Amino acid sequence: MCAAPKQGNTTIDVGNQTVIQGQVWHDGAPVAGAYVRLLDSTDEFTAEVVTSPEGEFRFFAAPGQWKLRSLAQVGKGERVIDADTGLNETTVVID
Amino acid sequence: MSRNDVLVTADWAQENLGAAGIVFVEVDEDASAYDGGHIEGAVKLDWKKDLQDPLRRDYIDKSAFEALLSSKGISNDDTVVLYGGNNNWFAAYAYWYFKIYGHQSVKLMDGGRKKWELDGRPLSKDTVERPATQYRAGEPDLSIRAFRDEVVAAIGTKNLVDVRSPDEFSGKILAPAHLPQEQSQRPGHVPSAINIPWSKAANEDGTFKSDEQLAALYAEQGFDDSKETIAYCRIGERSSHTWFVLQELLGKKNVKNYDGSWVEYGSLVGVPIEK
Repeated sequence: MCAAPKQGNTTIDVGNQTVIQGQVWHDGAPVAGAYVRLLDSTDEFTAEVVTSPEGEFRFFAAPGQWKLRSLAQVGKGERVIDADTGLNETTVVID
Repeated sequence: MSRNDVLVTADWAQENLGAAGIVFVEVDEDASAYDGGHIEGAVKLDWKKDLQDPLRRDYIDKSAFEALLSSKGISNDDTVVLYGGNNNWFAAYAYWYFKIYGHQSVKLMDGGRKKWELDGRPLSKDTVERPATQYRAGEPDLSIRAFRDEVVAAIGTKNLVDVRSPDEFSGKILAPAHLPQEQSQRPGHVPSAINIPWSKAANEDGTFKSDEQLAALYAEQGFDDSKETIAYCRIGERSSHTWFVLQELLGKKNVKNYDGSWVEYGSLVGVPIEK
């Protein structure tokens, strides 16, 4: 399946996965229904999800540098992250 | 065939909500998206529950497709306008599917759910009921579907277009990164395939790039117009997006979608793989 599993605060077994997860924020509050895409080190699209009602997103990637870009009605935000095996948490802020 | 024959804008869709003879159909893998709000009057197709055979790995057969569309209240004469999440991946898959079974008038809504949502257009949670029809499907048109043996035979002779992300193409990851990384297949790609990710054909809001941009994209990446073409991805939905671009928007001939895609190819015994 290539579509987004439900994003949310459910517990997952990280195992040997490289998980990148976090929230999208704008104006002091999480943004629900924001589109978040994961771009590789060459800025190429790797995946996209829609944030949960709590503004959460989650990706399963690989160790290395990634860029998160959020697109929502309120605007755009970006964050670069160096991910390691295991859980990597971050926040993407839309100014 | 031109862009206007196969693609409608969100503006056009909003102006034609409720119009006689037009049925909006939302196609998602995550069916909860529709339940949380859909275009008014649109019916739902669940990519997995509705469009996949419940037992074998295959699409549903002709009689099941007839029963499905009849139950959704879709007639042979209706214009079907498809849209969905994931930048229209699954809507494009359904478009290809409607073509397989010979539906006359089917279009994609440019940008899908994302464009509609980002524009702040209205969504409805009302239950949609359409009276059942007696839909009749054609025999499957296999001129747009490739099977595994054709893919192996196409190595070095046809355009093999791998539309996955570069990291999937190189074998660094095995699935799009919103999914847990499965290990059931060998990582890599079909030898001689060119990697033209589906995403290069789309703008950030999910709409397709212009015909001029698309023509330039494939030319630059080594697509040979004199050859037949097979597009593939992991399970055949992103490659439906590219199949739509190549055959329906750009009018290229002899383009097939390999819906078995990497989940099948990467599990075959004895076939060549490149990384």
